[in-house]
Amino acid sequence: MARIIVVTSGKGGVGKTTTSAAIAMGLAKRGHKTAVIDFDVGLRNLDLIMGCERRVVYDFVNVINEEATLNQALIRDKNCNLLYILPASQTRDKDALSQEGVGRVLDELKKDFKYIVCDSPAGIEKGAHLAMYFADDAFVVTNPEVSSVRDSDRMLGLLASKSRRAEQNEEPINEFLLLTRYSPDRVKLGEMLSVDDVQDILSLHLLGVIPESKSVLNASNSGTPVILDEKSDAGQAYADIVARYLGEDRPHRFIEDKKGFFRKLFGG
Amino acid sequence: MLMDASNIPFALEFKSTSFSVPVLVLTTDDLDVIEQKLQEKVRKAPEFFKHSPLILDLQEANNQGCLIDLIELAGIIRKAGLFPIGIRGGNAQQNKQALELQLPIHSISSRDAALLDEKKQDTASQEPEVNTHASSNIALAATTLITYPIRSGQRIYAKGDLVVLTQVSAGAEIIAEGNIHVYNSLRGRALAGVQGDVEARIFCFDLQAELISIAGNYKISEDLGDSVKGKAVQVYLQDQALIIKDIELHH
Repeated sequence: MARIIVVTSGKGGVGKTTTSAAIAMGLAKRGHKTAVIDFDVGLRNLDLIMGCERRVVYDFVNVINEEATLNQALIRDKNCNLLYILPASQTRDKDALSQEGVGRVLDELKKDFKYIVCDSPAGIEKGAHLAMYFADDAFVVTNPEVSSVRDSDRMLGLLASKSRRAEQNEEPINEFLLLTRYSPDRVKLGEMLSVDDVQDILSLHLLGVIPESKSVLNASNSGTPVILDEKSDAGQAYADIVARYLGEDRPHRFIEDKKGFFRKLFGG
Repeated sequence: MLMDASNIPFALEFKSTSFSVPVLVLTTDDLDVIEQKLQEKVRKAPEFFKHSPLILDLQEANNQGCLIDLIELAGIIRKAGLFPIGIRGGNAQQNKQALELQLPIHSISSRDAALLDEKKQDTASQEPEVNTHASSNIALAATTLITYPIRSGQRIYAKGDLVVLTQVSAGAEIIAEGNIHVYNSLRGRALAGVQGDVEARIFCFDLQAELISIAGNYKISEDLGDSVKGKAVQVYLQDQALIIKDIELHH
């Protein structure tokens, strides 16, 4: 049975597209046929992060308007042949999306794919609403600062009341917390909320913590999802997240700062 | 000396409150009988009835085809030492008479009142999401139980008491006509007794609210002292002042 995952946050710039790219790649690398859809019509970025921007012919809006078939619009990833990207249109806006059209495309994808990752735009308007409406699972991406946490809380309220599952009184969407751009040093200095602070406010199942890392920027600029950078801390953190999502039990990393870790090791 | 009204900012204020008023239900249009029975009742408890306000319920009599002349009836009631303050269940003629006598016309039943409330609620809930779970036909004055977290931007309205087992996030709003119980952190706004019930109370395990209000008397976060923040407390109204008091938890 196919599962639809929405990567959402409310707030912009917290790492939704980076996360979408990483977990879609992670799921595909582990042998699951995966599609990742850019819902940010008019401000498309996913194709850049995935490094397929020069191969875009048709896009999501073309498929919704039946100007192209799904197979014409899906772009196969160059690193993994189980991963496909459905890019957003850059020349249209969110009004080009319709609930009926999005539902039809997702239904068609469900026949062929195991996981469908929906990269939500920021905000709570039409694009974000349609990205989460059909979801089975939600990855709520949050930065450790108050405005991001509040926006995530708002988005969680919408997931619980405005999604298809809520409207049809089905089992609610599974919600997972992803804490990104986390810096234990700055938490220690009181400049950032800690994992516990965020958990206290959102009371949500923590799927993983992604440390603040240069490797994320490098990965974006080179158009390769950061999860492929297996030496980087952010890449490993995303690999952990994919494993936990698939049911593996992995201890949380990157919550303590490294010095603390060594101090603990050597009792210093 | 005349003063410019705009220089007196707090000259008056509208407040909402509720109190119980005796309702006189009539089943006959024989005014002599009514006068006699009324005098008897008043004689039995003169202190109770002295200058008491009274609402006249004409529905029963009208249903039986007894069409009472309101102007004469009001005279009889005043003679017995009572003050009519309105009618309900009257026909068009009686309603017109009532307005001539400067008597307000009240709605007939609590169901009508509930309908009015629903309208009020509808206008209030133009905010995006009144949660579907909570708003689905709660029986009048029944307790509403919430078991999922109330997130920022969500609004819950309960016609009776509201019991919340989960957290109420900052930016969320919980509203009840009765009491509010939150067995978790209360970070949003909580408004109890919104239809004017001054006896309503708020109970919570962890007070971090943005605003608490009982029957329109409110305190904002800034006004909550450090002595009560983060504590298990109850909030109630005493002489129009909100009192916040620790609840002693015995473990």
